[in-house]
Amino acid sequence: MGLTKEEYLALENKARELRKLTIDTVMWANGGHIGGALSATDILTILYYKYMNIDVANPRWEERDRFILSKGHIGVGFAPVLADKGFFDKEMLKTYNHTFSKLGMHLDRNKVVGLDASTGSLGHGLSIALGMALGGRLQEKNFKTYCLLGDGECDEGSVWEAAMAIAHYKATNVITIIDRNKCMIDGRTEDVMNLEPFADKWTAFGFDVKVVDGHDMYALADAIEYALAAKDKPVAIIADTFKGCGVADIQDNYQYHYASVNAETGERYKKQIDEYHDSRLKN
Amino acid sequence: MANLNYTMLDAEKMSTAEYYGKVLCDLAAQDKRVVGLSADLAKSTKIGALAKDFPDRIFNLGIAEQNMMGVAAGMAEAGLIPFASTFAIFASMRALDQFHTDICYQNMNVKVIATHAGLSFGQAGSTHHCTEDIGIMRTMANCRVIVPADGMETANAVIAAYENDGPFYIRINRGYDMPIYKSTDYGFQLGKAVQMAEGTDLTIIACGACVARAVAAAKELEADGIRARVLNMHTIKPIDKEAIEKAVIDTKRIITVEDHNIIGGLGSAVAETVTELGKACVMRKLGVPDTYSIIGLHEDLMSEYGYDSNGIVKTAHEIMGVQIEEDNDWDDDDF
Repeated sequence: MGLTKEEYLALENKARELRKLTIDTVMWANGGHIGGALSATDILTILYYKYMNIDVANPRWEERDRFILSKGHIGVGFAPVLADKGFFDKEMLKTYNHTFSKLGMHLDRNKVVGLDASTGSLGHGLSIALGMALGGRLQEKNFKTYCLLGDGECDEGSVWEAAMAIAHYKATNVITIIDRNKCMIDGRTEDVMNLEPFADKWTAFGFDVKVVDGHDMYALADAIEYALAAKDKPVAIIADTFKGCGVADIQDNYQYHYASVNAETGERYKKQIDEYHDSRLKN
Repeated sequence: MANLNYTMLDAEKMSTAEYYGKVLCDLAAQDKRVVGLSADLAKSTKIGALAKDFPDRIFNLGIAEQNMMGVAAGMAEAGLIPFASTFAIFASMRALDQFHTDICYQNMNVKVIATHAGLSFGQAGSTHHCTEDIGIMRTMANCRVIVPADGMETANAVIAAYENDGPFYIRINRGYDMPIYKSTDYGFQLGKAVQMAEGTDLTIIACGACVARAVAAAKELEADGIRARVLNMHTIKPIDKEAIEKAVIDTKRIITVEDHNIIGGLGSAVAETVTELGKACVMRKLGVPDTYSIIGLHEDLMSEYGYDSNGIVKTAHEIMGVQIEEDNDWDDDDF
């Protein structure tokens, strides 16, 4: 299947728009996890605007596909997606982090419509995803559960507890995606805690591993469709990404794990996003 | 409603956890949403009883308690009613972050039935004792905490957890508990203490294995002319404030007894209500005196730390001798 040219262009356009909305949200929030939000924008975009079977009018629809943002600190990059989908008013993004706001740094499923899990403590999401998947299977429901992890998050032992169990239960209805931006708070992943050979680790835990360019919509589409077709062996997609992707000033710099944006830097960052998206468009 | 009732005939030669396993099987037979999760302790916790008739509804996650809690939360989101069991120490500490965030914070309909609580696994040592869980679990918002006194009460607790939406933590013992109730039909109500003996001289408030000891102590005290009220405070959260307030007003003397550290558990929960009431009351907390226990048989350990019936009787005599100052004796000019 893959993407049609039209779909590709629409997704590219949406990712550009969402990156800019993320910058605005970080500004409104008076700071946020900008680096890891921008590395995940393309993954979030292709899931929410191409693959996920959801009903905005019925956010807790039992048959819907689920998405677990295991790297829960990038709420500033995910809330714009949910708002843009129509789960809540985009104006709400302007209240981000404000006292009494429904939107905080780590999103709460009991406050944010469209959110499937409250995350933020790392290493939890994949277990929750497996629980949903086993629950779905037992009740003969055909929904899929997508789970997006950070690469630094994979330092947590609980990730591997979940990985072992997903393979054991042949839970191919979980689609594991790792945002491999190679940065964490204190430095580059390989300096803080070596992850490589990363793909081999997932393979050893029983996964069929696809390593793809996490900023290439066509490559992401192929990998997701490959995962959706899995029969016995669950698929882990390692999406090679850049922290802060699209903003030249901060891209691939771990020091921009968390940062503030003011009106001036915001405008500059958005201009850089346009330049980046112009340059990556494929004919 | 589950409409399940049990009598002593059902419970003959059954350990407390076996009773849990039986009730869970009966609930599973009624409701397809009931599933069990274990972390390689399916046999020890008796949740494995599900495997016989419902092999596709018992999930062993291996020795991975954190994953078990997260999976349970996900299953609840997908519409199931997961019961997750492991030893109390692992449920309340090893997997606490997941219990807190995935289950309680999300307010998921997950029931954690933790076994081998308190010093009931006495010979295993402090890696397997659990004298902290009541304190930990009652600080989790959305979570109800029950400490059943015996097999019958365990049945009632498990049924109450099934019938009430949201997270529950139920702590039960390893092995056999001294039977208190002959059937499940004794008026168990979530959040309401059961009065085991009436008295006006002092009130003994106990939970779990200590209820039997409190009842025995009250009988001994009666022979000494001291009439003790005994409350089985099976629900630690929400605690029965009304019963505690009545105990303060009627008896002015309270002893709490629990198979738990004296910090943070039943005694602390009772003290919170007592102090808020603002009435004069003398109180003693019996339990594990903020230490890691020696090894030994459960019964011996309770005796060693002074919360068996002898310890309760001794403490009762002590507090009967305490003079309680009346409020009007205080010199208000000093304030």
